[in-house]
Amino acid sequence: MSLPLEPVVELREVTKTYPGGVTALDAVSLTVQAGELVAIVGPSGSGKSTMLHLLGTLDRPSAGTVLVEGRDVSRMTDRRLSALRARRIGFVFQQFHLAAGVGALDNVADGLLYGGAPLGERRRRARGALERVGLGHRLGHRPHQLSGGEKQRVAIARAVVGEPAMLLADEPTGALDSVSGAGVLDLLRELAETGTTVILITHDRDIAALLPRQVQMRDGRIVHDDAWVEAVS
Amino acid sequence: MRRPRGRRHAMSGAAQDGNAPVTGVPAGDRTGIGGRPSAGAPDDRDTPARLGPRDVLRVGAAGLRARPMRVFLSALGIAIGIAAMIGVVGISTSSRAQLQATLDRLGTNLLTVGPGRDMFGEDAQLPTASVGMVARMPDVESASATGKLSDAKVYRNDHIPAGESGGISVLAARLDLPRTVGLTMATGTWLNAGTARYPAVVLGAESAQRLGIATPNVQVWLGSQWFTVVGILDANELVPELDSAALVGWDAAASDLGFDGHPTTIYTRADKAAVERVRELLAATASPESPTEVEVSRPSDALAAESASNKAFTGLLLGLGGVALLVGGVGVANTMVISVLERRAEIGLRRSLGATRGQIRTQFLTESQLLAALGGIGGVALGIVVTAVFAVTQGWPTVVPPWAMAGGILATLLIGGVAGLYPAIRAARLAPTEALATP
Ligand SMILES: Nc1ncnc2c1ncn2[C@@H]1O[C@H](COP(=O)(O)OP(=O)(O)OP(=O)(O)O)[C@@H](O)[C@H]1O
Ligand SMILES: [Mg+2]
Repeated sequence: MSLPLEPVVELREVTKTYPGGVTALDAVSLTVQAGELVAIVGPSGSGKSTMLHLLGTLDRPSAGTVLVEGRDVSRMTDRRLSALRARRIGFVFQQFHLAAGVGALDNVADGLLYGGAPLGERRRRARGALERVGLGHRLGHRPHQLSGGEKQRVAIARAVVGEPAMLLADEPTGALDSVSGAGVLDLLRELAETGTTVILITHDRDIAALLPRQVQMRDGRIVHDDAWVEAVS
Repeated sequence: MRRPRGRRHAMSGAAQDGNAPVTGVPAGDRTGIGGRPSAGAPDDRDTPARLGPRDVLRVGAAGLRARPMRVFLSALGIAIGIAAMIGVVGISTSSRAQLQATLDRLGTNLLTVGPGRDMFGEDAQLPTASVGMVARMPDVESASATGKLSDAKVYRNDHIPAGESGGISVLAARLDLPRTVGLTMATGTWLNAGTARYPAVVLGAESAQRLGIATPNVQVWLGSQWFTVVGILDANELVPELDSAALVGWDAAASDLGFDGHPTTIYTRADKAAVERVRELLAATASPESPTEVEVSRPSDALAAESASNKAFTGLLLGLGGVALLVGGVGVANTMVISVLERRAEIGLRRSLGATRGQIRTQFLTESQLLAALGGIGGVALGIVVTAVFAVTQGWPTVVPPWAMAGGILATLLIGGVAGLYPAIRAARLAPTEALATP
């Protein structure tokens, strides 16, 4: 795999202060290249989710610059950011957020809803994505008929069905037992190997240790980034 | 191998220009999963796709499908309001259709002339020659008359004490009365030149019922002698006064009951195109010497006026239906507000999937309108059933005007829009991170 030329996402001196005065991120800089698999670790309240939201354009920084595929988020309207999320960014959440009473196929197809593809194509691609996460045999199953690990696989399929430039996962294994958690992690690694940029938050140091790049946070700052070590060596 | 910083800055500058391509990399090189190029040209990356109408409906309906009971109950509120209004409109339209059918059948060109009051407030009299004069008027197709015999009473037999006549009036009738008025026989025959001279009587439908007579050839005690019932008339809405009459021949009335020969009601059919003209001339023709002592009326007008007098009541019912609809609308608004509160996580998820604020707003507006429209469709159906049941029991045709149905559905779309507007705006304003933060 040749080294990519363009960072998929970049934070430059990004600060996020919530109303009420909590500074969740304090002048953080981070560059993630295409195809990277990055683990973000750190104690609770250290600003991991805040950073992920900024990386995914769900929120805007109080100061500093967020660049997604080289484009300055602060200069884009909410509409344009929405479109960017629809086409270039996939999210996976700890609580899955699957639509109850809707089959796996249509849950995944909804990942393409705001990208403009017609229903037939959405379903066809959703089937492909479900097969890729190993759930080709569960297309019609509704969330309550799936195990926690399977639900998270459906959510991952939904996040990647649009072939985003990056997949952002906030504690995707947080609600799973260790076995299904390991399965989900393996899946994310496979996706990264086939070229998807994956940034994932995890509480689990052991999981993080297995991943090629670790970013450690504390009190709104990055206290360790494997990329620094690489750069030095 | 990293890109020199300067180059990157140049590119972020390009991004500021809006839609300019922002990467120096060919589109095909930006790898998504499986290395396929992303959908759409790079320029399209940040232009939101429009949801097609089918997708808008699908997304709106999906929200409803998840909560069928709540949807049913709040749609029911709307349905009751719409059904009330459709029912009121349907029933009054059906009743009007019935009236129209009656008028078409009975004709609107029947005019009646009766004596009014003279200048001393006494009952006036029509001249005996008045019927002939009316009959000879231009544009008059036919004329006939009855003469009231105030002193004569009719009884089932001769044992009943006088006074209990049951409200049946005894009238002398000219032979051409059925032809002019349009009377038909329920049973038996009308008077003829022969029976008109003898103690024979034809009963109005109501009179026959009061006397308990269903077949002819029965004797009734009339005046102070037995009369033979030769026929019974069908009821006639135009001339209800004949329903409760006992009709005897003009000659028999004169010879047996002391009839003075003065008609009390002249019935006349005018040419349809000349009804108003004839009506203006009738008083002067019937009573040339004292035309002011004559009352002319058009029975079909009285029928129409009776139905018009129901309008106030119809208005009241419509108002009640409107209140029910308003309450239904508040129910929908309530459901939508709760729905938005409960579905913050879904809203956040959709925003993360790329929904714009506008698309979230549209989703909840559509949902609200679908909810109301469901109630509207149900209400229209219910209103039709109510109308049909009522009309059938009244023996009317069932008529629900299409404008009422279309108006009902349109009204619900409007109600849904108004009720859903505030919740939809709230949903759209929700910040994605805030929405996702709720468990
Ligand atoms: N919407 C908000 N308003 C105000 N303060 C917030 C908000 N969201 C987060 N914070 C604060 O910002 C800080 C960072 O929060 P964040 O959720 O990013 O932490 P985290 O590293 O993801 O923690 P955890 O591991 O528990 O999920 C915390 O102190 C938190 O209380
Ligand atoms: Mg968090």
